[in-house]
Parts: sequence; structure tokens; C-alpha cells
Amino acid sequence: MTSSVILSAVTFIYGFAGFLYIFAWVFKKPAAGKMATGVAIFGLAGNAAGIGMRWVESYQLGFGHAPLSNLYESLVFFAGCITLIYLVIERRYANQVIGAFSAPLACLTMAYASLSPNISDRIQPLIPALKSNWLIAHVVTCFIGYGAFAVAFGVSLMYLFKQSEPDAASGMIGRLPTLEALDELTHQLIVFGFLFLCVGIITGAVWANSAWGRYWGWDPKETWSLITWFVYATLLHARMTRGWRGRRIAYLSIIGFAAVMFTYFGVNLLPGLHSYQAMSK
Amino acid sequence: MTSPGKDHVPRMTAQPASGGITDALWKLFASIKLTLVLLLSLAVTSIIGTLIPQNAEPAAYVAAYGEPLFRFFWVLGLFDMYHSWWFQVLIILLCANVVVCSVDRISSNRKILLVRRPHFQAARFSNLPDRAGFEDARPPAALQALYAPYFSRKARAVQVEPSADGFRMFGENGRWTRFGVYTVHLSVVLLLVGGLIGSLFGFDGYVSVPEGDTVQQITLRNSGERLRLPFAIRCDDFSVSFYETGAPKEFRSSLSILENGQPVLQKDIIVNDPLRYRGISIFQSSYGSLPSDEAVLSFTSRSTGLVYSRQARVGAEIPLPENLGTFRLRELRHDAQFRGHPVGDAFIGTLTPPGGAPEEIVLPVRFPTFDRMRRGEVAIAVDEFKERHYTGLQVNQDPGVEVVYVGFVLMILGCYVTFFMSHQQVCIEVERKGARTQVTVSGTANKNKAAVERRIRRLAGALAGLK
Repeated sequence: MTSSVILSAVTFIYGFAGFLYIFAWVFKKPAAGKMATGVAIFGLAGNAAGIGMRWVESYQLGFGHAPLSNLYESLVFFAGCITLIYLVIERRYANQVIGAFSAPLACLTMAYASLSPNISDRIQPLIPALKSNWLIAHVVTCFIGYGAFAVAFGVSLMYLFKQSEPDAASGMIGRLPTLEALDELTHQLIVFGFLFLCVGIITGAVWANSAWGRYWGWDPKETWSLITWFVYATLLHARMTRGWRGRRIAYLSIIGFAAVMFTYFGVNLLPGLHSYQAMSK
Repeated sequence: MTSPGKDHVPRMTAQPASGGITDALWKLFASIKLTLVLLLSLAVTSIIGTLIPQNAEPAAYVAAYGEPLFRFFWVLGLFDMYHSWWFQVLIILLCANVVVCSVDRISSNRKILLVRRPHFQAARFSNLPDRAGFEDARPPAALQALYAPYFSRKARAVQVEPSADGFRMFGENGRWTRFGVYTVHLSVVLLLVGGLIGSLFGFDGYVSVPEGDTVQQITLRNSGERLRLPFAIRCDDFSVSFYETGAPKEFRSSLSILENGQPVLQKDIIVNDPLRYRGISIFQSSYGSLPSDEAVLSFTSRSTGLVYSRQARVGAEIPLPENLGTFRLRELRHDAQFRGHPVGDAFIGTLTPPGGAPEEIVLPVRFPTFDRMRRGEVAIAVDEFKERHYTGLQVNQDPGVEVVYVGFVLMILGCYVTFFMSHQQVCIEVERKGARTQVTVSGTANKNKAAVERRIRRLAGALAGLK
């Protein structure tokens, strides 16, 4: 299938962009950085095209549904969200170092989708539970949120890295944005991600109410999304009202992203209603 | 007095200082530390219920964890953790915390939140880092006439105060956005109240309806008790379709709602498209096939070669022609076996020849010639049988849903306002300096400093362009 070929290629394009971002950061080569941005934009365009073609292909197969219905499709969308959010930040803050974290993350996500033997890239028809208009709203909002949390995770790692040598004026650490800027960026990404997490959980609840007759059922996936919500809610309250800054926020952001990852992947190991998202062969 | 630049307002309790236990409790619940502890406790304890399967049979737990651990978990309520007393207490504490915190802050910040005519102090704007300026040839008085109508359209509570060599103009926007965070808190309370209403006044049950049958009683999920509905549900038809891959495509039940025996509503329901009637919702949740109790059988006599067709009911004995004895249909088995080989759906019956011993006969539905291999006096085959489905319906009533949905909307709106909007105050200072007039725009906001910076630049640009 053509979309699969394009999406496999996107894996390598993201990988190449990541390489260029890291190269530009380590060896202080602005030219490589400029090229990295171009490659990342190209990869994002390919990512979007792949998703669009997959959508068309599903209609050609007679199934006709948005390509957001299984683990492969969600990973592909997730990689696109990460890259898009990163590129917006790169433009707004005119700093490319974050690309050295986010582009490899997008590449890994795509590689996992394309190369893992447990994940099928076949277009499958929708099972009855997924046939709903809420599918698109729920998945899109959740993954925009996850994408923002992923980039925030990268920025938090950078914060801890920078903090190991905050006064360095040159070198890899010196080229990182200031601690204040990294802290502020983490906060902004989490605020953005939190809004989308709220909308994602809410659209999921409304959907669950129309499919199963209850808006909340303590299914493991629901519960883990709530755990994620609790962690980020703690972070926001700690920062906004208790004035936490810096390292403690970075740690909470890393814990929050671990909860996101468990909500996304770990829950498939547990029994529950969301198991159609599991790694079907 | 108004201080949008400050996140921290001096904390004072709204309660009169009685100094008693009420005061101490109020202080405890008004603390953000408690919020952090509760949020993290909820996050950590919630994990348990995702690791231990909830609401399973006790025997399964004993098998999985052993007797002593089972008893320990059972005492802690870990098998229905999210409804255990201690988890509910955590949620109630969080709810009380949210309410007390909000009331406390609204009452101590009421002069900032509810002021009609804010008082601006020039000193607050004199040292702000966010400022933009330009020079103009016109005198301050001319500029004031020009700026006042423009700025009054762009900002609220616009005030002008004369200064030594010109004037200062103040204005603000988005004071109401300070209520965003309380909207989010209110939404959390509404979610919990809606959930409480649902659990007190609603019900959640299920019922299986065979095709053609009518039911009025359902089984409640929590207690296992039976509940009589104010109407009856008839399943007119059930169908299931599959994709070529074998995955299910659609489960569809044609239902009729009957009141006093009269059909009042007919609707096909599928997953994601339930039927709602008189506040009660009926969802497609499962299906199955029923043991069929009727079949058309053919009996072929070996001696004459004649074929006799007979309607057979499970349990009823049919006399066979040609003095071949009697046959009794016993049951339909779904995974029947014949001498250890699976033969799929098969009727099991007993053939009693005249004067002979009864013999068990297996009649696989898919293999009509199967019984000939027995080489008996009569060969029996299943000519016709209709498989009967039942539809598994989830039936529930949740009068708290509307409250929860209002909570959902408020949460999204509140989060947006809290995170992306701010209360901004702007000062336009106009001073005559020799032959030129210096215009400086400065501003402050309670959050989102970047937004106020952009606003100042835009405003300065617009003022410079006014003719």
C-alpha cells in the first residue's frame, strides 16, 4: 500500500532531521539547523500526506474511515503532532535545540509503528464500538495533548541537563535556552496539553455515554487518563499558586509524561474495554 | 489597589477569626498544600484499581492472590476500589478543598474581582519592563482628543488623569477572566454532584431478550436485584453482520417499546446509537444464540426407502411410522462431539426401537447424511432449524448526566479562559518634551506576559497612526 511506503519513508526523514538538529547543536552549525527545519517540514508534509492517502485508501477498500482507529494509525498521528507542535515552537521562540529532542522522538514513534512486528499497518474495518462521529474528535484532541506533553518532556530533560551546568556560556549546554526560558516553555506546553487532555477525556466520556451508557466506568484506560490529569493538575497548581519553578516542575513533567505513556501503551497490557487499541496482528 | 501583576494576594480567611476548630478546619481546606497532597494521593491510589481487576468473582481472587492476601485486599475494598469508602473520602475531601479554596480566594480577592471602577496608580506603570513609545509633533491636548475615543473602544474603565506636562490614560481588559479558574473549580464540583445524582437516583442494569420475546424486568448490575421498568421491551429481530476478515461489522436489534401491551415506539439500535424513552436509555451491548427448541427432521426408512418429515420439539416424543419406534429430541449442542471429533452445532436425540434399548443419536446440522453411517433401520437428518438469537441490552437511567455535561462545558471554557486569557491593564503616558510629545504605552497582566507585550506594541502602533 502506497501510504505505508510513504509513512515508512517519513520515519527516515524524521531520523535525518533529528540527526541534523543534533549536529547543529553539538557542532554549532547554523546551516545544518536551517536544513534540519526544512527536512522536518518535509517530513511533516509526508506524514500528513500519508495519513490523507490512508484515508482515501480505506474508502477504496470499502471501509471508509478516518485513519485513527488502531495503534499503527494513532502512532503515525502522534508523530505528526509532536513534529507540528515542535515546529510551531521553533518558529515562535527561534531556538532549534529542542528539535534535537523532538525530531528523534517523532522518528522513534514512526519506527515503532512501522517496524514493530506486533503492529499491523493493514487498514482494517471499524468494529461496531468505533463507528462514531466522536472517534475523530476524541483521538485528535487526545494526541494533540500527548504531543504537547511529549515536547514538554523533552524540554524538561533539557532543563535538567542545563541545570547541571547553568553558567556555561558556550558548548552544548551553553547553547541551550536559559533555565527561565525552558521552565516557561515547559509550563506553556503543559497548559496547552492540559486543555487538550481535558477535551480528549471529555469527548471520550460523551462517546462512552452514547456507546456504553455510562460516561465514566473506571476502565483502566479511563483511569490512567485521569491519573495523567491528576499529575498535570498537581503541576499546574504547584506552579501557579505555590510558585514552584524549575527542577520540581521538570520532574513532575517527566512523571506526567510517564503517565501519558502508560495511558497509551501500558494499558494494553491490562484488561479493559479499550483493548481494540491493542496490538492486533 | 488593583494589582493584576501579582499572583499572590495576601491570604486572609473569609471566616471571622473565631480561633476555634472551625477556623482551623477552614484554614486546612483552604490550603493548596492539601490540594497537592489529595491530587497526588488520588493519582497514586487510582493505579491500584487498574492493576487488580475490579468486581470479579471472589473465587478468582483467591486463586490469583491466595487466601491471606485476598482477605487483606478485601478489607481495604480493593476489588471495588473506586467505590470503597476511603477512595470516596479522598474525592469528598478534594471536593471540599476545591469549594473552600475558591470561596476563600473569591472573598479575599473580592475587591479585585468585583470592583466597578478600578483605581489606577501611575506609579505601578512607571517601572514596567513592557513598554513601547514614539514621538509626536502635536501637543498633548490634541492627542488626548484623538486617543480618548479610540482607547474607549479598545479598553474598559478608561480613565484620564492630568500630569505635569500632559496626561495619563488608563484602561483595562479581561477582569472577568479572573473567574476562569473558579469556573474550572465549579465544573469539578458539578462533575461530582452529577455523579452523585446518577448513583442516588439512577440505575444501571442489563437484560437479555430473545427474538420475539418481551421483557419488563431487568437485572441491576451492582446488586443483582430485579427492577421492573415502566414499559416493556420487545425484541422484534436481531442481526449480526461480519466483514470478510471475520471481524464484527454491526450488531442490530429491532426493538419495540410497549406500554400496556401497545407498541408506542419502534427503533433499530446499534452500538453507538441507543434508544431513549422516558429518560431510560437502552444500549446494544452483547448478543448470543439460544438453544433452538424446534426442528424439522426427516426420517428415512431403510427397508422401504420412504422419507417422512416430522416437526420435532425438544423434550417431546414422536412416534415413528412403519413401526420404527419412537424418537425424542433432547437438546441442541453448539460444540458437539462425535467419538471425540468436533461436529459443530448438532441436535442430540434418543431413538427407541420397538422392544430395543434406547440409543443416543447425534445429528450435526451441517451434515445431513451423517446418521446414515450408523446403518440403522431409520436414518435421521435435520432438514430445517431456525437459530434464535437473543440480544443483550444495557438499560440505564442517569438523571445526573445533564449536570455532568454542564460541568464538561464549563471545564473546557474555564480552562481556556484561565490558561489563555488574562486581566490586562494599560497606561498611555503623554508628555510634552520641548517641541515634541513623548507617548509611552506600558502594561501589566496577571498572567501571559507575552500577550500583554504584543498588545502594547499593537496599541502603540495604532496610536501613532491615528490622524
